[in-house]
Amino acid sequence: MGLIQWATSPWGNSVPIHIAWYLIWVCAIAGLLFMIVHALYVGIFAKPKKFAVNDTPAAVAAIPERVPRHSFVARAFHWVMAISMLALLVTAFLPKMGVKFDWVTYHWIAGLVLSASVIFHIVHASFWLDFWSIWPDSIDLRDARRRMMRAFGKDAPPPDRFAKYPLENKFYHFVILCSGLAVIATGLFMMKRVNTFGILSRNPYVFGDLTWGMMYVLHGLAGVGLIALIMVHVYFGIRPEKLPITKSMIFGYMDREFYLEEHDPQRWAVEQAKKGPGYAPSDAD
Amino acid sequence: MAVIRDVMPAFDLLQPASAADAQKLLQQYGEDAWIMAGGLDSFDWLKDRIKKPKVLVDLSGISEMSGVRETGNGVEIGAMTTLTEIAHHPVIKSQYGVLSQAVEVVASPQIRNQGTLGGNVSQDTRCWYYRDGWPCYRAGGNICYADTPVGRNREHAIFGANRCVAVHPSDSVPALIALDAKFVIQTPKGEKVVDAEDYFVGPDIDITRLNIIQPGELLTTIRIPNTWAGAKFYFEKVRDRNVWDFPLMNVASAMKVSGGNIDSMRIAVNAVAPRPMRLKAVEDAVRGKPANADTGEMAGKLAIQGAVPLQFNAYKIPLMRNLVKRAIGGVQEAQWA
Repeated sequence: MGLIQWATSPWGNSVPIHIAWYLIWVCAIAGLLFMIVHALYVGIFAKPKKFAVNDTPAAVAAIPERVPRHSFVARAFHWVMAISMLALLVTAFLPKMGVKFDWVTYHWIAGLVLSASVIFHIVHASFWLDFWSIWPDSIDLRDARRRMMRAFGKDAPPPDRFAKYPLENKFYHFVILCSGLAVIATGLFMMKRVNTFGILSRNPYVFGDLTWGMMYVLHGLAGVGLIALIMVHVYFGIRPEKLPITKSMIFGYMDREFYLEEHDPQRWAVEQAKKGPGYAPSDAD
Repeated sequence: MAVIRDVMPAFDLLQPASAADAQKLLQQYGEDAWIMAGGLDSFDWLKDRIKKPKVLVDLSGISEMSGVRETGNGVEIGAMTTLTEIAHHPVIKSQYGVLSQAVEVVASPQIRNQGTLGGNVSQDTRCWYYRDGWPCYRAGGNICYADTPVGRNREHAIFGANRCVAVHPSDSVPALIALDAKFVIQTPKGEKVVDAEDYFVGPDIDITRLNIIQPGELLTTIRIPNTWAGAKFYFEKVRDRNVWDFPLMNVASAMKVSGGNIDSMRIAVNAVAPRPMRLKAVEDAVRGKPANADTGEMAGKLAIQGAVPLQFNAYKIPLMRNLVKRAIGGVQEAQWA
């Protein structure tokens, strides 16, 4: 029972054709197990969060009641991407799980929507947003070590509050980025093999069997990986302690109390002088 | 490349004596089981060593699945009834002649003596890339070798292609669709009856199958209602070799005509798409119109709407137009375009 299904090409070569489909269930079960283990850990074993807080009264007073977090454009991107990603997962894996329907056209159209939205996001994030806010910095790594030591009962100073995104968010974003780019890059090539209403002429011979096989395998591995990643993402999105973050992806802002509790104004600063009282930087900055 | 071998791969041969036992065996072995009716399609696969089932369920000993029985509202044909028996059966010939004509031109007399109706409707496609064991979509792979800039696709689909462009090769199916036949399937949950056209599935829904039979299921009977008994029938098959060959295309129709006008009609074609095509738009368009060459001309043009030829099968479009035309207007009135 391998991870990859192989076939013999017309020229007698053994070539990969796609992943073994039982990996769908492996990833779904892995996602489910993660959720169960995490929920048990948070509910039974986890200690209350404790951050190092050294806000000045003036800085606290300057924080608005509603702290803008995601601009409309950023939220629109997120939900367009989410819908297209769900459409891709449904159209890719339900037929493999026995629910038969005409999935190919819906799949590549959803793939084009995802590709366009991701390209837009890369450009938008690179030139209009704080590009580095989603990448781990040295404080994240230092605080991760501190949190780990404290979780195991060892002495360590309390970590700082998070910047705009917690380290876990940043890691998740990186994994999603890798898997998303993998399915997009391979998926765009795979459109040469299906009928796209004339957008592309079909020609499966632009690559050899081995290259195509590796492409299908990479597409499949990243795809089944996304099953677990999306399950975990939805799980965190509906966890009570994460709801303010989820709401900010709907309404664009988070409450002042949550902001001060979880986020360090020195790392995700409210730029009073630039925009005046009541303003906090969002994705638009 | 597949090579015919002398010895088939090893499998357990199971020979049930009843349809119920056969269905239970198929249910027990699931995807490891292979159903064999007349064996004409099966032995190709097995001798080529492309299909390697663990068990082979041979239906030839099930007498209840064989023969033509008249019922109060039509006839029932056991799935194991040979094509020869159907072709010569007096009731079929007199009342449902389109089926008699269709099975009469299947392959050769020897094959018709051995081949069964259930096997003929359930046979696999003849796409040679697939039959030769190449890892195409239909074989579970990720490519269609026929639908490429250099693929040999003269016999392939002009409708309904979805990654796979193979066509359904049966001659009997269009006749059964024209007769509004019902297929009776024994499933683990009991008996299931489907319309003839709904027995087949295209690659858009399931690219590895031509019909809806799932592991554990068995086609036992084909029921033909008397709705179309004695109607005006038409069947024509076009093939490369008239001695014996699979169809390049075939057409079957049943028409009720009064006063020279078409009251109602059922018409189906095969070998143009991955599943047999019932031409509902044509049926609707000709209702109430005279059964003549003009109506046939109109119907033929309507029938080919949406056809998409491959590199080497554009000839199928005028062929289909003219077959539909002849099915309505009759051969003597056909005007070859």
